[in-house]
Amino acid sequence: MPFKIIASQCTSCSACEPLCPNVAISEKGGSFVIEATKCTECIGHFDEPQCVAACPVDNTCVIDTSLPRYQAPA
Amino acid sequence: MSAMVGSGGYAKAAPDNGTMMQSAAEHKGCRTAAKTAHAGCGSRTSQGDLPSEIWEKVKKHPCYSEEAHHHYARMHVAVAPACNIQCNYCNRKYDCANESRPGVVSEKLTPEQAVRKVLVVATAIPQMTVLGIAGPGDALANPAKTFKTFELVAKAAPDIKLCLSTNGLALPDHIDTIVRSRIDHVTITINAIDPEIGAKIYPWIFFSHKRYTGIDAARILTDRQLQGLEMLSERGILCKVNSVMIPHINDQHLVEVNKAVKARGAFLHNIMPLISAPEHGTVFGLNGQRGPSAQELKTLQDACEGKMNMMRHCRQCRADAVGLIGEDRSAEFSTDQIMKMGVKYDLATRKAYQDRVEDERAVSVVALQQELTQFAAETSAIKVLVAVATKGAGLINEHFGHAKEFQVYELSTSGAKFIGHRRVDVYCQDGYGEEDRLSTIIRGIHDCHAVFVAKIGGCPKSNLIKAGIEPVDQYAHEFIEKSTIVWFRSYLDKVKSGDVQHEERGDAAIRQGALISAA
Ligand code: SF4
Ligand code: SF4
Ligand code: SF4
Repeated sequence: MPFKIIASQCTSCSACEPLCPNVAISEKGGSFVIEATKCTECIGHFDEPQCVAACPVDNTCVIDTSLPRYQAPA
Repeated sequence: MSAMVGSGGYAKAAPDNGTMMQSAAEHKGCRTAAKTAHAGCGSRTSQGDLPSEIWEKVKKHPCYSEEAHHHYARMHVAVAPACNIQCNYCNRKYDCANESRPGVVSEKLTPEQAVRKVLVVATAIPQMTVLGIAGPGDALANPAKTFKTFELVAKAAPDIKLCLSTNGLALPDHIDTIVRSRIDHVTITINAIDPEIGAKIYPWIFFSHKRYTGIDAARILTDRQLQGLEMLSERGILCKVNSVMIPHINDQHLVEVNKAVKARGAFLHNIMPLISAPEHGTVFGLNGQRGPSAQELKTLQDACEGKMNMMRHCRQCRADAVGLIGEDRSAEFSTDQIMKMGVKYDLATRKAYQDRVEDERAVSVVALQQELTQFAAETSAIKVLVAVATKGAGLINEHFGHAKEFQVYELSTSGAKFIGHRRVDVYCQDGYGEEDRLSTIIRGIHDCHAVFVAKIGGCPKSNLIKAGIEPVDQYAHEFIEKSTIVWFRSYLDKVKSGDVQHEERGDAAIRQGALISAA
């Protein structure tokens, strides 16, 4: 389950960027974004998803449930 | 996802950023003789009994020397946006509240843009002697950008002193780099040394790949701060400690903090008032935590002073502040502007200018000494506070209606002692003075007996008199300390002759507004 960043809440502080073990985070258009295909939820690297733990704004780095595989089958 | 538990709102405790606290432990060992002006040596022109190598380091540093802050300018570059802790007085939408005020947003720069800006400013303002990195997050939570900036500036402008502010969490990891980067001064924001108290100020920290909350977080932070302070002192780097005074949370405790940082070699302690209003969106702002009054702040600073010199002139500047402390010319040096402006960085011109400043400083000291000798035989228990409108250079040279702040001096037969500044709304805007703003100004200097200005209009004058504050404009463009002492002598004479009844003036309010635009 990859994480995503809710752009409207991101302060663009860049705290998350260097912490990602998969280099999945980068700046795009004034806010930071996670590349879904690279994110592994930090499993195997750290106990906590690093972007979530470092982000100053609660509920900004969240599980991206909009991906098709999380949608209930029609 | 347990990591999300415990992060309270998004008022963050950004340790380094500025809003928190600035407790500057002033120089140890600086005791000015009672008859020669202020007890705080950080604040004098004279070396006092400071060791020469320390005096050399501080005499042109506006943050470390109260006296220098009238003459020399500093700038901050906002290259460090990330932070590794959360403070309850900080809202991460804005800059860190440890070094800057809440509610301020700085324009973020890359290290390359920052160097360009430093050179442009050094060209335009030859008395700019200090470059600081104080956020907008924590300088050491962005080590690559911070040290890259210092390295580039040291190469391009070798006469500029480098200074760094941090919440201290990452400090022990970067000591060698700090020494190697030729950084002169480090400011650490320490609001508590007791984790129980720290936990009320810091909801969480991010440390070695984990988020810690509560007492665990506060304990790690305190340990790292004190360890970092010790390591820097051992290596001879000057450290100032900032503390934010938060009534009923750490106000009493800051006396302990003062002792602890002094014992570990801090050179100056700067206790700053919490600035807190609901519109800042911080935890403290939203839960109604108030800041201290002017008198509460002064009482605490006085209590710590016997033990260590206190810094009282900190303006809680923004992370991209430019200019003399108390003024802010950051708007003139936006990124667009600096790309267009010319760079003529010239060491010789800068040195010549600074030599002239040194001469001016010396003249003002002589003038004061002469005045003080008149007091030699006199002692009186009376102490009064006065407010002064100044644009710098140690002169009474600002109009009442244009003042963005007033400097407050405590007058006694020992001399004139700078005790702080009061930020106000400029009374005169677009040529009009407004009743509302006048009453805020009066509340802000309510503890003062007189206000010294270069000029003042008839209406504010009569309102000030009604409020019991004497407007004094006959010393326009003269030295602050000398003039206030002359005035004080005649005040004492009037008390003696019975013309005037000496009365205490009560307390004053510290302005809590959003302070978004003004310096
Ligand atoms: S959860 Fe971990 S891997 Fe995924 S983006 Fe955040 S830091 Fe990177
Ligand atoms: S840490 Fe949070 S606020 Fe900062 S850039 Fe990353 S997502 Fe944005
Ligand atoms: S006065 Fe301004 S520049 Fe000096 S320590 Fe305080 S915030 Fe920093």
